[in-house]
Amino acid sequence: MEQFPCIKSVKLCLSHVPNLIRHGSKPQREITSNSTILDDILNSARSFEDAIKYPPHQVFIGNHTPEDLAGVERPWYRRSFEDSSSVGPDGEIVEEGLFLCLTAAIDPFNLLRLDSRYIDRHRDALSRAKWFNENDLELLGDGTPQQTLKDLVECRGALPLYQGHEFIGCVENGHSEDSSLSAEIVLENLTSKSSAVIALRLLNNDGDSGNEIGYVIGCGEEAIGDRYQRGGGNLAKAVAENSGCLNATGSDIKAFCCAPNHAIVVGAALVTSGLYKNVAVIGGGSLAKLGMKFQGHLRNNMPILEDVLASVAVLIGEDDGFSPIIDLESIGRHTVAAGSSPQAIAEALIVEPLIRKGLGILDVDRYATELHDPDITEPQGSGNTPRTNYRVLASLAVQRKEITRDEMSDFVDRYGMPGFSPTQGHIASAIPFLGHAYRSLTSGNANHTMFYAKGSLFLGRMTEMSDGMSFVLTRNAKTNKGQKG
Amino acid sequence: MTELSGKCIIAIGERDGIPGPAIAAIARSAGAREVVSFTQCFV
Repeated sequence: MEQFPCIKSVKLCLSHVPNLIRHGSKPQREITSNSTILDDILNSARSFEDAIKYPPHQVFIGNHTPEDLAGVERPWYRRSFEDSSSVGPDGEIVEEGLFLCLTAAIDPFNLLRLDSRYIDRHRDALSRAKWFNENDLELLGDGTPQQTLKDLVECRGALPLYQGHEFIGCVENGHSEDSSLSAEIVLENLTSKSSAVIALRLLNNDGDSGNEIGYVIGCGEEAIGDRYQRGGGNLAKAVAENSGCLNATGSDIKAFCCAPNHAIVVGAALVTSGLYKNVAVIGGGSLAKLGMKFQGHLRNNMPILEDVLASVAVLIGEDDGFSPIIDLESIGRHTVAAGSSPQAIAEALIVEPLIRKGLGILDVDRYATELHDPDITEPQGSGNTPRTNYRVLASLAVQRKEITRDEMSDFVDRYGMPGFSPTQGHIASAIPFLGHAYRSLTSGNANHTMFYAKGSLFLGRMTEMSDGMSFVLTRNAKTNKGQKG
Repeated sequence: MTELSGKCIIAIGERDGIPGPAIAAIARSAGAREVVSFTQCFV
């Protein structure tokens, strides 16, 4: 029997890692050419408390809504919500020390090593973390003596890790002659893995669903593999292994920033076919993008806001009579023939599927698209990405005579939202709104929410094409508006 | 208005704006010679 696939649960996490900014692609290159920049970066790092209080982060983990954020005067890094917390209905903000301890604990080759004293400083907090367990504690062990760490850096070319100027650990190369397993790439992959593990463990904790998940789809952007199969994957299965999904297999979907949307559509199709009852889509954070726009932040005397690794876990399952349905009849595809102008992409992802469904643009309650935080992008001259995309959407509505030109600004305010996601590529693309959409489509008054995301295929130099994928989440026909779950 | 006829152009497009090849096509139609065009993603 055909199943209607639902989004049953969502977790979105932020691992605050200010001391890993220096390992981001842009900071690393700039520090190499001018080592004094490291001190500028360290002096502009945010405290954990400031990262928690940052209004977009509170929206990201579901403690506040995008509407709340729209009412906060910018720049947001100078403001805070009074009731800020590191824990929200959609996820958590995780402190760096705890994050690194988990990363070391679930590193099966013991390439990331932490100083014994550094681990000891975090033991109490680790015992309270919902996503850290007894087995992790055992795997973490006692840590590594400082002298051994120094030897690994000096004699074996390990990458040193610091907290400020304090030497707290290192990452060994995965192979002495394989650049695909260099310490920098191993760190990138391990942090992507552990950030995704946090999100999937929180997802499983909420519903105790780990053993019920049959398939895990990874949608991160890291290239897992050695020199003979760089990018071969499969991070999804590694994350499943460390998240209690013992009955799951999995694979990775690669599609740049729109990979999460591809993964959700594929996961929904797997559930609809009856092949799996429950599919998890997971995405880890992107270390390379830490501090990507740090120069703009330094120039404007701001803290460096790209100091978090974002991660996501989404549970897709059979219709439970309550959760929002992924409407497979209104999937938007950016085909090879579609063209790569913003208008062509928007028509393929938004207008065409709505027409197919007999809906107009105004029939959808909210649109989630590229939700990059403008506090991060504007200081470096990259503009306000969500607003640009919502204006393209508004112009389509004008073209289709659903609104007038004078109504474009109101349309953007009503159907769009401010960007509240860190610039973590695939994570920023529409999916940070999933938790908010779940609530508005179950206990709120919404009927349809569209998620559309774009992928920059041209960055890989294999094609000049873009990509994109959209889906519509629809209120479950069996729920009444305002009904509580 | 800048005269493009006979000039060489490097077209840098943007994912959320105008793609590089589209800028290059316009410049070519105005008589410019495209040296290289590409599209960047700035987020």
